[in-house]
Parts: sequence; structure tokens; C-alpha cells
Amino acid sequence: MTDISYKITQMKSWLAAYDGPDISVMEVCGSHTAAISKYGISGLLSPKLHLISGPGCPVCVTPTGYIDRLIGLSMEADTTVVTFGDLIRVPGREKSLAEAKGEGASVVMVYSPMDILRLAKEKPAQHFVFAAVGFETTAPVYAMLMEQLVEEQIANVQLLTALKTMPPVIRWLCEHSGKIDGFLAPGHVAAVTGAELFIPLAKRYQMPFGVAGFGAEELLLAVYGTFRAVQQYRECGMAPTVKNYYPSVVTAQGNPCAKVLVEKYFEPCDALWRGIGVIEGSGRRLKSEYAGFDAGSELLMEDHKKNQACRCDQILMGRALPGDCPLFGTGCTPLHPQGACMVSEEGSCHQYLMFHRTR
Amino acid sequence: MSQEKKITMAHGSGGRATNDLIREIFAQEFSNPVLNAMEDAAVVPGNGKIAVTTDSFVVEPLEFPGGDIGRLSVCGTVNDLLMRGAVPKYITCGFILQEGLDMELLRRIVHSLAVTACEAGVEIVAGDTKVIEGKGGLLINTSGVGFVQEKLCVSAANCQIGDAILVSGYMGDHHAAILSQRMGICNTIQSDCAPLGEMVRALLEAGIDVHCLRDITRGGLGTVLKELAEASQVTMAIEEALIPVNAQVRDFCGLMGLDPLYMGNEGKLVAFVAQEDAGRACEILASCAYGAHAAVIGRVTDEEPGSAYVNTGIGGKRVLDVLFGEGLPRIC
Repeated sequence: MTDISYKITQMKSWLAAYDGPDISVMEVCGSHTAAISKYGISGLLSPKLHLISGPGCPVCVTPTGYIDRLIGLSMEADTTVVTFGDLIRVPGREKSLAEAKGEGASVVMVYSPMDILRLAKEKPAQHFVFAAVGFETTAPVYAMLMEQLVEEQIANVQLLTALKTMPPVIRWLCEHSGKIDGFLAPGHVAAVTGAELFIPLAKRYQMPFGVAGFGAEELLLAVYGTFRAVQQYRECGMAPTVKNYYPSVVTAQGNPCAKVLVEKYFEPCDALWRGIGVIEGSGRRLKSEYAGFDAGSELLMEDHKKNQACRCDQILMGRALPGDCPLFGTGCTPLHPQGACMVSEEGSCHQYLMFHRTR
Repeated sequence: MSQEKKITMAHGSGGRATNDLIREIFAQEFSNPVLNAMEDAAVVPGNGKIAVTTDSFVVEPLEFPGGDIGRLSVCGTVNDLLMRGAVPKYITCGFILQEGLDMELLRRIVHSLAVTACEAGVEIVAGDTKVIEGKGGLLINTSGVGFVQEKLCVSAANCQIGDAILVSGYMGDHHAAILSQRMGICNTIQSDCAPLGEMVRALLEAGIDVHCLRDITRGGLGTVLKELAEASQVTMAIEEALIPVNAQVRDFCGLMGLDPLYMGNEGKLVAFVAQEDAGRACEILASCAYGAHAAVIGRVTDEEPGSAYVNTGIGGKRVLDVLFGEGLPRIC
């Protein structure tokens, strides 16, 4: 047996055999939820250990008012909404962008925000709006896009922003959700911001943060390490801290170029989270000097449940599991989603249904 | 499905939405015992057993690394016939050309189609051409006829407990090649678009006890295994570490948030053979032109009829369901 497989075996036996008081660790990032399903990690845990999905899937936390505004723009003459794929099926108050497209709305799916430059140059008379949603991970790409728009003086592109940042929502969760004992910190976010972003949170709330990668072994290591840290804090009072389990990609300080670029174009603002409400300072908007590139983002404060029975809000906050929702798998499926958690491939409900997860 | 008023892109994904569309619209009007079996090709009575199938091809771009719509439209239909153990003989081609289509491009595609038909050993016996308004695109429909050997029973409902599960090579190549092309990403990923006749013939001629064959197209291996588990009322148990995936495709999928288990191929099959024939079947597949990376990836069990799962590299268990939606690349 190699060293690595020996370590994996050791970690797995600890995770399976743990019989102390219940421990709940939240994976904030949607890609972690997906990776945990893909590698079957939840099935390796003792019934006393719980991994809870958090509000880290950008599609899942985008309010209906934002979708409705995108639909409105896509129906306007000479306007095309440009978006990433997984946003197009998210339900707004009445319909999704995909349904609007079926009714003649102009919606284009791209794989990179930079694709909008080509579209804008091909059709200079058309007005293009990019659906700029995402966390710290995606913000630098929008900043790069802004850099190009400003430099090349491209006038027919605007951004409708619904950008969000992690620390305020984690703070909010620590103060409002009593169930969380520790966090798997998002590796992609930390690659940009640096692992040290989470240090004040770990100190203030006395919770361990394990910055996790997305490969099977490195994710398992972070899961094990974070559960162990909670146990060691409880049993020996060992101070919880931030541990970087993704050192191949994440440094303490992150990517300074990306951070500078984001600061150049964006500033903090309050943001509305689908199902949760407004969280102070949890968003980013274009600075006032770039208001000409904004397609009306500041007015977005509306969030309506499509179906009153939907429990996406409770699920996003870690208070309920997807299976607790009365609509799960019956009234709400990936093809007929009632809430955003079922739409995105990385949404908790989608993942639990697709992979037949019960925990 | 019944709640929807309009067709969306998800209806063409090959997953659950496509199945619903077929069941609720087409199967309602076209219902007959042959179509209702929902096999890759229909086997109808006649002089001997005849296998019949049809398929439409709407790929963009029309030419891509490793193939083009012409080659694809032969392979897709011929492979469906082969999956019933039939020897493909004849195909028909319906072309729907959009105004503005480049003549030279059309010539290349028609040539490629003819060359592939020759390689696959089928004659093009009927055809049709229509032109519609559009932006220079091209759609092709092909139908195929083949003959099934008497006594041969290769069927989606015939996977048996204890069978070995084999795949004929890397998963996801076609899907990754097309997506790379559409996104302008430079890599050397090639579509695996190919006729599978040599492999099927070689398996049957060697006397391998083949119970089921399925070409792994839209929806990917995950969808295929779940569908076959339901059709045969067995459990499909596969090992992640044994699934062949090209390193470049694996990286591409990692970058895009896609899963090779749910990516389409156009020249790969999954075969269910008696356990004692597994090693020999794998060698036979690997000796064929398009089977270099064939592998035994798991076996059929009786744990939970209608289910499929993967044992992951770290010892976890992941349940496989059919693909929902379109398999869209994620935001971050």
C-alpha cells in the first residue's frame, strides 16, 4: 500500500467510525457539493457527521427580480442578453430566459464573458447585455471585460450585475444558522482572494475553515481535516483556524492582479440573495464612473417564490436538506424546477436528486 | 413535459426531456409494438429478420476534428442497426439544405458520407433533397435497413446478472471535440465518429456470448447504463478507475464542469457479455481499428433492479441516473 492510499484508508475509517456528538460542516461552494456527490463522499460518513450545502452556487442565489429584468431586456427591440448556460433555465417570477427565448426573446449562451466582444463587433447596431452573476471567482473576468470595453470604447455592451462576495454571507450564516460547526471554504474563491480571507471569520466565530480543492483525494482530506478540527476544538480546546488543503492552487494572499482589477471597476454594495434577503455589503456593483456600462442593476430588489411550498431558502441556509422539501423530486425536478437549487447542475436539490443522495 | 407549451433545447439533449417528448408526443401518434420497444433499431418481420432505424443529424459545426455531418449521418444509423446484432445493408439519405450553403462544403460532406458508407458496407438506396431558408446550414436524415441473424438475441432487455460490462474506448471524445470547436478552444481532441461494424462482427464471429450492445451517444455512458438497467431490470455496477477517458478530455471536462460519464460519443459501444467471455471480448475489441482503448469496466448484479452506480476512486458510491437537461457548462 502506498503512503497516499494508506492515508486515505485511515481517513475513511475515522470518518466512518466517528461516534461523538454530531458535527455539521457546510460546503459553501456549489462545485464542492457536486464533487462530494460525484466521488460519493457523503456515503463514507458516519451518521454523526453531516455535510450541508450552502449558498455558494451563483445561479441558486440570484433573485427572481434579476431574471425578470434579464427577460425584459431580452424582449426589447435591438437588445440581446448574453449569459452563461446554467442561468437560462432559472425561473423568474413567471418564466425563465429559456422560455422567453422560445417566445422570440434574443438570448445567446456563451462560455466566456469575453465572447460578448466578438458579438458586439459583429453587430454594432445591436445592444448586448451580459448577465454578470457570480462570486469572487468570476468577478475578475468581468473586470477584464470592462478593461476591454473601456479601452476599445465599445458602446453597445452593458453589464447587468448581481455579483456577490463570500465573507458577508458566511458571517450571516454564522449568526443566523445554529447548525454549522465548520466550513469547507471555496477553493476557487480562495484562489483569487487568498486563504487569509477566512481568518477573521474563523477567529470571530471560533470555527475551522478548510480551504478545499476539487479532486477526490484533496477534497476528502479537507473534509476529514475540518471534521477533525471541530472535534479537536470541542475536546481539547484547540483554536479553530484556516487550513489550506489546496496549496497547489491557493496561496495565503491570492491573486493580486485579479484583486486590483476588480477594485478598479467594482465597489461593495448590499445584495439581495434569493430566498435569504438583503445582506449588507455582500454584493459588488460597477463604480459610478462606469455607470454607462450598467444596464440598471441598482434597482434589483425583488425576489418572489415561484411556488410557496419551495424550501430553497431553508436549504440555502443549511436549515433543511433537499429531501425535506415537499416538492423535491415530484413537483420540482430539473426539467420543471420551482426553485433555483433544482436548476443549476451544482444546486443542492439538483445534486441530491441526480445522485439519489439522502444526506 | 405535459406542462410545457413550447419546445426547448433540453428536448434535444438525449436525456429525460427527450424521453418525455418521445413518449408524450411521437409515441402517442406513431405507436406500434416495434416502436414502443424503444430500441436503437426496429426488428420487423419479413424474409428473415430485418432491422430498421432512422436518425436525423443537426450538428454544428458541419465539419469538426475527426469527422463531419456526412460521416456522422452514416455512423449514427449504421451503429444503431449493429446494436441489434444486425448486419447493416441499406441506408436512405434525406438532405435539408439551407439557402446559402457553400457548394464546396456540400461536396466535401457528400463525399465523406459516401466514403463512410463504403467503409461501413452499406449501400445508399434512396435519397431526397429539400432547400429551406436559413443561414447556409445543412441537416441530414438517414434511415437504415439491416438483416438479423436467426437465433441472435441482442437487446436492451437482455443484460443478464453476472454479465461483464465492456466499453470500446475513451468516453466523451465527440462531445468534447464539438464543444471545443464551438468555443474556439485549441486542443487536439478528435471526434470518435466511426462505424462499429468491425467490432460487432468480430465479437459475433468469435462466438462471444453477447447479450446486449448499445452505442454510447447523447446522454453518455451514465444515461445508457441507467436505461439498460431499467430495460433489463438489473443493476449496473462499474468502477470509476476502469473507465477509459482521454487525458485531454478529462482536463477539458474538469475546466468546463462537465462529466465524461454524461458526454456523447459517436463511435463507442457498451457491450454486455457472459463473464467467462469478458477477457476474450476485450482483446477482440482492442484489436479493432476503433477499439484501441477497450476495457472491462464492471459487471451486472442483482442488488437493486433498475439502478446503476459507480464505485469511485476513493471508495465512495455514486448513483447514476439519466442526464437531466442539457449538461450545460457552469458559471464557475
